[in-house]
Amino acid sequence: MEIEPENVFEVRDVAFRYNDVTALSGLSLSIKKNQRIAILGANGSGKSTFLRLLDALYFPDKGSISAFGENLTESAFQDEEFAFRFRRRVAFVFQNPDVQLFNPTVFDEIAFAPLQLRWSKDEIRRRVAEILETMEIAHLKDRAPHRLSGGEKKRVALASVLILDPEVLLLDEPTAALDPKSQSRVVDLLVDWGEKGASKTVVTATHDLDIVPDIADYCFVFLNGRVAGFGTPAQILADTDLLEKTNLIHAHRHRHADGSIHRHPHTHRFHEHGK
Amino acid sequence: MNSAANSNSKSAAPRKKRRRNFVERTLANLIRNLESALFAEDTARKNGLLQRLDPRVKIVGLLALILAVTLARNFFTIIFIFAVALLLAVLSRVPLRTLAARTWLSVLAFTGTIALPVIFITPGDAVFQLPVLHWTITAQGLTSAFYLISRAETTVTLSLLLVLCTLWTDVLKALRVLRVPTVFVVILGMTYRYIFVMLETAQNMFEARQSRIVGALAGGESRKLAAASIGVLLSKSFYLNQEIYLAMQSRGFRGEVYSLDEFSMKRRDWLALIVFLSVALLAFWLGRQDSLAAFLSF
Repeated sequence: MEIEPENVFEVRDVAFRYNDVTALSGLSLSIKKNQRIAILGANGSGKSTFLRLLDALYFPDKGSISAFGENLTESAFQDEEFAFRFRRRVAFVFQNPDVQLFNPTVFDEIAFAPLQLRWSKDEIRRRVAEILETMEIAHLKDRAPHRLSGGEKKRVALASVLILDPEVLLLDEPTAALDPKSQSRVVDLLVDWGEKGASKTVVTATHDLDIVPDIADYCFVFLNGRVAGFGTPAQILADTDLLEKTNLIHAHRHRHADGSIHRHPHTHRFHEHGK
Repeated sequence: MNSAANSNSKSAAPRKKRRRNFVERTLANLIRNLESALFAEDTARKNGLLQRLDPRVKIVGLLALILAVTLARNFFTIIFIFAVALLLAVLSRVPLRTLAARTWLSVLAFTGTIALPVIFITPGDAVFQLPVLHWTITAQGLTSAFYLISRAETTVTLSLLLVLCTLWTDVLKALRVLRVPTVFVVILGMTYRYIFVMLETAQNMFEARQSRIVGALAGGESRKLAAASIGVLLSKSFYLNQEIYLAMQSRGFRGEVYSLDEFSMKRRDWLALIVFLSVALLAFWLGRQDSLAAFLSF
């Protein structure tokens, strides 16, 4: 009998509101160790809010979230030891790299998290040098983030959290606004990192269906702050009704050479013209 | 496509050139400043005298010279330090034309405006009387104006040399090493960093607006749009501020910033520091010599 891996996150009946707007309601799910999860959903479906709750940047109005068996509450984060332990294990890459790159140079950016977690300076220097090499950004070390391209910013943002070698990586739209080559580099990095060790968990919020089979083993589909579907990428991507209902694809009509009008879900991925 | 547009515009009847409105002018200036910042970074990467020195030496040395200028009681000393600044600029490959355009002319215009009344209102020996207004220019007034302008020109030149010959990131690190409170340095660094982001946002907003406007807007309408744009930009900056705070929290920030500062002083840095301090001390001594001032009648 296969032993179930332990849960990294346990989300129970969570609700969250921004003033009058409900972002999440009645949300329950669990994420297990070593799983690669994609959170799929259209804009405003609550994906980003959910990631922020998992990273304990927001706390639920109702319900509870636990990570590694410990409840994530505001009072728990008053304890510095608890906060540092959590921040060391869970890392978050924001959608907009400009938000995440607030230091004067790439080197400072990557050294920021370990410095806050009070690593020794020798260890920081060693790890920064290592990660600069691994991410192939050593040549950007002394550059200011505002002078980097979109793809370079994204790689620096990733490096700035991967330096901690976290157990869980939360990614908010990692390929948004990137050119195809930069997108594929980011996906390759995520695939490599996910396969790096047995204890890596990756949760990616995205509406880019093209990357889902590469970056996820399971998908949750969000609609109006609730889970509307769960399954493997193959199951979810084949469920066109669900994808259409959750606004991840739309019906596309076009005329063929013989004059007949053809209608199919428009995904850029599944496009079979049957007679 | 451009050529088509050009030919159309050529064939069209000549139109009166539209005067740029407030927002357009402001944005054009902001973009120019952005380019200036990028230019400063390029200059800081040149292989010149000041660029090769440790940033701490530059900050201490140039500040010492600025202090000497400020305390100088005679014109000769100020000219002497100004000459030192010029020499440093040449040895650091900073084009004098850049200094003239960015510093000397603008400082002259700004300080000159302040200094102008001084030449008339300072009591003293009359040198010249304006024909129609009958205002008297006094020798003491001229001296005061000269002091004000020359001090301002020299100190701003020295400050600009520091900015042009040092990467901004190194200036910040050096400030931290020199015991300037970390919070202050971090705020300074982030302000500089996010000016570029907000500038880009402002530019995008402006371009999006321009693309939907045909013809010139009336003054009131233009002001309304400017006010609305400023409001939107402000709310975007608040949002950005919240997001950055969350990003910092996510990486372990708990209200106190820690930094990794490392500079190593080489032999040439120590030598440069000694030279800087010696020149500053010499200038300080010369600046206190009243006999020199009397000799030079200043």
